[in-house]
Amino acid sequence: MKLLFEKSHPGVPKPYLPASGGDGLCDVRDAIPPALLRAQPIGLPELAEPEVVRHYTQLSARNVGIDSNFYPLGSCTMKYNPKVNEFAAGLPGFAELHPAVPEQQVPGAMQLMAELESYLCEIAGMAAFTLGPLAGASGELTGILIIRAYHESQGNPRRTVLVPDSAHGTNPASAAMAGYDVVSVPSTVEGEVDVDAFRELAGPDVAAFMLTNPNTLGVFERRIEDIREIAREHGILLYYDGANLNAIAGKVRPGDMGFDAVHLNLHKTFSTPHGGGGPGAGPVGVSEALIPFLPGPRVHSNQAGDRSWVTAGEHSIGRVGGFYGNFGVLVRAYTYIRAHGADGLCGNSETAVLNANYLRVNLRADYPAAQDRICMHEFVAQPSRALLENGIRTMNVAKRLIDYGIHPPTVYFPLIVKEAMMIEPTETESKATLDHFADVMTEIAADARSNPQRVRDAPHDAVVTRVDEVRAARRGNFSYDPDTIPPDV
Amino acid sequence: MTYTPLTESERFSMLATIGVPDIEALFSDVPPALRAPAIDLPASLSELELRNALTALAASNVGAGLTCFAGFGSYDHFIPCAVDALATRSEFVTSYTPYQAEISQGNLQATYEYQTMIAGLCGCEIANASLYDGATGLFEAVMMAVRVSKRRRRVVLDDALHPHALEVVRTLSAHLDVERVCVPYREGQSDLAALAESIDDDTAAVVTASPNVFGAVTDLCGLADAAHAKGALLVCATHPLSLGALQPPGAMGADIVCGEGQPLGLPMSYGGPYLGFLACRSQYARSIPGRLVGATVDSRNRRAFCLALQTREQHIRREKATSNICTNQALCALRAAVYLALMGESGIRAVSERCISLSHYARETLRTTPGVSVRWEYPCFNEFVVHTERPAVDVLNALCERGVLGGIDLFSVGHGDGHALLIAVTEKRSTGEIDQLAGALAAAHTS
Amino acid sequence: MVEVPDDLLYSKDHEWVRIEGKTATVGITDYAQQQLGDLTHVELPDPGDHFNQFDEVSVIDSVKASSDIYTPISGTVTEVNSALSNRPEAINTDPYGDGWIFRMEIVEEPEEGSLLSPAAYDHLIDSDDE
Repeated sequence: MKLLFEKSHPGVPKPYLPASGGDGLCDVRDAIPPALLRAQPIGLPELAEPEVVRHYTQLSARNVGIDSNFYPLGSCTMKYNPKVNEFAAGLPGFAELHPAVPEQQVPGAMQLMAELESYLCEIAGMAAFTLGPLAGASGELTGILIIRAYHESQGNPRRTVLVPDSAHGTNPASAAMAGYDVVSVPSTVEGEVDVDAFRELAGPDVAAFMLTNPNTLGVFERRIEDIREIAREHGILLYYDGANLNAIAGKVRPGDMGFDAVHLNLHKTFSTPHGGGGPGAGPVGVSEALIPFLPGPRVHSNQAGDRSWVTAGEHSIGRVGGFYGNFGVLVRAYTYIRAHGADGLCGNSETAVLNANYLRVNLRADYPAAQDRICMHEFVAQPSRALLENGIRTMNVAKRLIDYGIHPPTVYFPLIVKEAMMIEPTETESKATLDHFADVMTEIAADARSNPQRVRDAPHDAVVTRVDEVRAARRGNFSYDPDTIPPDV
Repeated sequence: MTYTPLTESERFSMLATIGVPDIEALFSDVPPALRAPAIDLPASLSELELRNALTALAASNVGAGLTCFAGFGSYDHFIPCAVDALATRSEFVTSYTPYQAEISQGNLQATYEYQTMIAGLCGCEIANASLYDGATGLFEAVMMAVRVSKRRRRVVLDDALHPHALEVVRTLSAHLDVERVCVPYREGQSDLAALAESIDDDTAAVVTASPNVFGAVTDLCGLADAAHAKGALLVCATHPLSLGALQPPGAMGADIVCGEGQPLGLPMSYGGPYLGFLACRSQYARSIPGRLVGATVDSRNRRAFCLALQTREQHIRREKATSNICTNQALCALRAAVYLALMGESGIRAVSERCISLSHYARETLRTTPGVSVRWEYPCFNEFVVHTERPAVDVLNALCERGVLGGIDLFSVGHGDGHALLIAVTEKRSTGEIDQLAGALAAAHTS
Repeated sequence: MVEVPDDLLYSKDHEWVRIEGKTATVGITDYAQQQLGDLTHVELPDPGDHFNQFDEVSVIDSVKASSDIYTPISGTVTEVNSALSNRPEAINTDPYGDGWIFRMEIVEEPEEGSLLSPAAYDHLIDSDDE
């Protein structure tokens, strides 16, 4: 498909702004010295609105979202995003609000944020939350900085952060950005933290242990209470990566499990749209002892019920984003929680787990789970030995799914499972969709036996066939240039 | 309320397939002491009740109806209706990061076009696929400069950068091996000579802004030369819409250009979600934080797009990654791209020029308004500072009562003496509204 | 088939080194390039840089991973294979020849036992594959 720049035809009139001149306004040359005026073109396209509308509508047809089809991307919780959330965020009283409007002029926004904080405290079992972090990874870094500030207040920041070998890559990356050495804790053959190995590594130099529970293999860490005891013994704080909360929201609380700091991905469990990769929000909850270290500003409510912003106190780690967090995302999550209530959230978790187990059992013959026992909201499958012997890899299965219009699962993660295929159906899929997916996967397995080359060459029916990522990395073409862009054929 | 499509009978048959008697059996791995917590949340609402509740909550935010002269990183710029119509298409909204290129060409091509347009605006060769916001984007730009420099550890920061961004840089780099040096501004303008003098052989970057937080626009050429002579980079934050009419930092020698992308078609939305943009020279591509989309071909040699250089990202390189950032701010970047495409070369230039002309008109009008005077004189884009005889906080409250959001009390954000008001004028404001602001300011000083 | 030439020494991190008098030539092994897949970029050290044994010297990227290159020897970089800037795939096609990465002047002989013989390296990659 042609790029905007290839469709451009300068001279197109624009309907957006009043014509300039005649209103007593100066020419820019009277206001700005010549050396500061733009000397070269910007390079923006010149198109009429109908042309731009058609361009992006055609691009949207070359993209698949949850509204288009099943999207079992493990660890990402691609559940249906209720339209009422979009309605709420788009209300002019929220969308057209400047962040510097005095607090008394924005009681609704302040109330929403204060209540959302209290809801998240209830759901996670924590003492307080900051709504400031702008994404899951931003929350992780915030949480580890809080943990570091706490340890510093105890006289020693400590040196290392432990992460399981099954952890999301953001965990070690965030810990490193907080100035910690990262040490990996091995998993057992059952896919859980090796508690004996943790006990060996635990000590006065360890600041925190970052855990996802259920973990990235989709199983619950059954020895979480033992882990908590060992951590307590050494003053190690437990950090909860909320990526997988959708299995347990309303069923089990991170605070009750013993976690000291928690981030929640509102774009996962609380169903704010993923937007093609953002925006999200990653509020961080903490136990009582960590409250002084939370970033600012925070909503403060006085006894009369008036709310105001208070800046970070002397122990705070400081500001982690531009204003108060991704407010538009917070509105959506608030709306979602109000729609569901505690029972609704609990029911969603149960259904998410039901759907995952149903698929795990139905895919067992050709794609056995790495841990073939009761899973939580997702499971990690692998192509069967027979498929592998036919030369079929996980990537081939993933690309073949695209021919059916289905978004592939997360592949090659977690790193500790070879040929991993991480499948998370979520609670908003029907039994018919799950059955269809299982049928498609079975069909791909059958194809892999009768015509493996066809599976290996997939996709065939997508808008493009297999994309050459090696060329993309070697050529480094990141910006349109008519001389270097591959031709549109 | 739930959006789950399963019926009771379907649940029973699924449980039977799994081979468990009931749902609780699926949670048997959870230690008994942790199960069934009491969670106190308001009762669930139907969509009818929910919409009423949210509508009431939003309506109580009367501040949304004020005539907006506030800026400070969030601006009331014009947004064509087509931006909403296109950027809310659910194929974009409900997708995720385009790891699987073949099923995500729409997102990928739109991002490639976004990168191209941002690079063009900034006067740079390439741009990334976006970061969370302007403040975190500045932190990422600073760390990128440190990576590019390899062994240098010192960063010189202009105190006329946005204070939130400076605070975010402090928070997030607190435990990284970076030394921060802050250079005070003079009369609202970045002190170019002092910034240049602060660069030494261990300086990775000198970091400034144009327009700076007070709206002052700066000729960066000399500072760029001074930085390059010492082997340091020049990093410059900017207002993207200023670049329709003003010389972009990249063309004045800046090596990394970053900023807050909210003015590009994003609603103010009480501070977020916004968009951090980052552009640079192509030689630094491998040091760029976050996502980058590249052009390539498919197996039939047709044009295609995919994520490139992912191996430097956290999901593969873990603790050695260029950043912990996991995604970009894709939907916000899409809005920006659609906005730029709709406005086009001539439209962006017109917006930019209109901001300059209107803010010039406003400053000249306020020069003769009783009770206020122009605090600092410099060329500005769409923001400037006035002195108010009464405390600025009182003036702002008085203006609110007259339906005007008059700006930012700089004292509340760590600058000035309590009598400095930062006023922003976008292309949306009319000369009539500016006259109304002047009248309200005069009234606030006489009543 | 993985090639492990007899006339080289190896590190556990899959670098090879050819020692000729005071000069050491370093690259990554055939096994390493096969594991990494198509190489897309090689970041080279600067001549004159000094490194101790097993220091990180540079980074190489493939479509699958970015990997650190550690020097098997202590010394000063005298020459880098700048042809790799445009043709990183030379490491895929000829890891022990055209795909060499840098040369050093050896300042200190490697400690006895710190590097692997061809047989020992062969054994290492065999056990890696299990």
